[in-house]
Amino acid sequence: MGAEFLFQGATIQRLLAGLGVTLRISLISVVLSVPLGVLMGVLFMRRNPILRAVLRVYLDFIRVMPQLVLLFLVFFGSATAFGWNFSGEVASVIVFTAWGAAELGDLVRAALESIPRSQYDSAFALGLTSRQTFTRVVLPQALRRLLPPSVNLVTRIIKTTSLCMLIGVVEVVRVGQQIIDFNRFDYPQSALWTYAVLALLYFVICWPLSLLSRWLEKRSSS
Amino acid sequence: MSSLSRRSFVKSFGASFAMFAGMGLVACGGSDNATNDDSSASSGAGYRTLEDIQADGKVIIGVFSDKAPFGYVDDAGTYQGYDVEFANRLVQDLGTEVEWVATDPANRVPFLESNKVDIILANFTVTEERAEKVDFSLPYMKVQLGVVSPDSALVKSVDDLKDKKLIVVKGTTAETFFEAEYPDIELQKYDQYADAYNALLDGRGDAFSTDNTEVLAWAKENPGFTVGIDALGNEDTIAAAVAKGNDSLLNFIDNEIEALADEEFFHKDYEKTLAPVYGTDVDADTLVVEGGKI
Repeated sequence: MGAEFLFQGATIQRLLAGLGVTLRISLISVVLSVPLGVLMGVLFMRRNPILRAVLRVYLDFIRVMPQLVLLFLVFFGSATAFGWNFSGEVASVIVFTAWGAAELGDLVRAALESIPRSQYDSAFALGLTSRQTFTRVVLPQALRRLLPPSVNLVTRIIKTTSLCMLIGVVEVVRVGQQIIDFNRFDYPQSALWTYAVLALLYFVICWPLSLLSRWLEKRSSS
Repeated sequence: MSSLSRRSFVKSFGASFAMFAGMGLVACGGSDNATNDDSSASSGAGYRTLEDIQADGKVIIGVFSDKAPFGYVDDAGTYQGYDVEFANRLVQDLGTEVEWVATDPANRVPFLESNKVDIILANFTVTEERAEKVDFSLPYMKVQLGVVSPDSALVKSVDDLKDKKLIVVKGTTAETFFEAEYPDIELQKYDQYADAYNALLDGRGDAFSTDNTEVLAWAKENPGFTVGIDALGNEDTIAAAVAKGNDSLLNFIDNEIEALADEEFFHKDYEKTLAPVYGTDVDADTLVVEGGKI
């Protein structure tokens, strides 16, 4: 079959260790992005034009910059310019947190803005306080609209962490390339098999998230 | 009224979050400063001198991790290859541990400029442009151009290329060399190595020229094709590199390369790592540089 190489030596263990690095970077970034993103979204809702402009610039900056450029800036740039010696993984977490927070901030803003004025008016008319209006009326509705795109964002972050290999982080795709290169003479088909395994690993991680997002979407529309 | 109230809760909610985040930022800022002070205390110039490395007990070396036979990772997860053999010897003689960093062609210079690694040993060709940014050691290998062609119409000298189509990859030294030195030879240019090899395989071109290390390894894997010219054009050298100005470390590496000539270290390295790929037909002296002497 030509796939025996996958079961030789520590190949499987190395792939799983690489997947561990991928998931560690993604998970920490997502956990840090959530409070920062919510904060950004809420700050967006304040009608302060200066604050809004600053957030807008930040969001657009992060969006137009390729993640690779951000990784190089944080990993190499900050070391050259300021002498900050981040490890590859820390630099990756910084970049993916900054990106996740920006994207999530925009999602939170959109979700909060999508709640019509009439909802507030009705809540106040019923005698709810500001706090009650937020926790009982606005938040549940906003959250329902926010969850599906947020889960999508998580899968995007997981997939994009493959770029971290270019700042020396040995994550799952880099391990795959090492395996392909090592077996290239003895198993000419190694690239095909290894990429199939990589696809399967990403699928196993991202598909449940995708299902979750679809389920959430269905639930919120009904 | 309603919009006012909406704003007021958003405000209070935002304020409490801002406090949270502010605390987080302060904490982060504090730790950042700590590491910053740390690193600037250990070496004012940025790079780590020989003494710094030996005092630390660990040297950080950037090598290729997916470019066999120069630097790769075997199925047990161990770094191997021609460059790694030399790196291991340096580590042994430094008397330290080693931390490998997996580099790519494009980030070798940045890794040194940002002082993320102490030494780069990743098939690093010495060029004037790079020498402005990093310091190269004595060479331990050399590369020239090679020309591979089918056995049925083997190209053994540049004269054989008359009236033939020579395949080159855009942007390589082969393209520059043949355009400048032999403008009469008809070139067929491709963007990718894979396309160039395919053109040679299906006969669109008569011969293919690029680095001799590359064509030698390819010819070994493709019966019916032979490298008829194995050393042509300017001799490029391959050397270790350290951060600009890191003389103590550079001198250590240079002394090692000179001292290792006595035991023919790089010939043994060649036999162990490159010979299995290039085969026995290739003369080791085409590629190996011993004692830094070209």
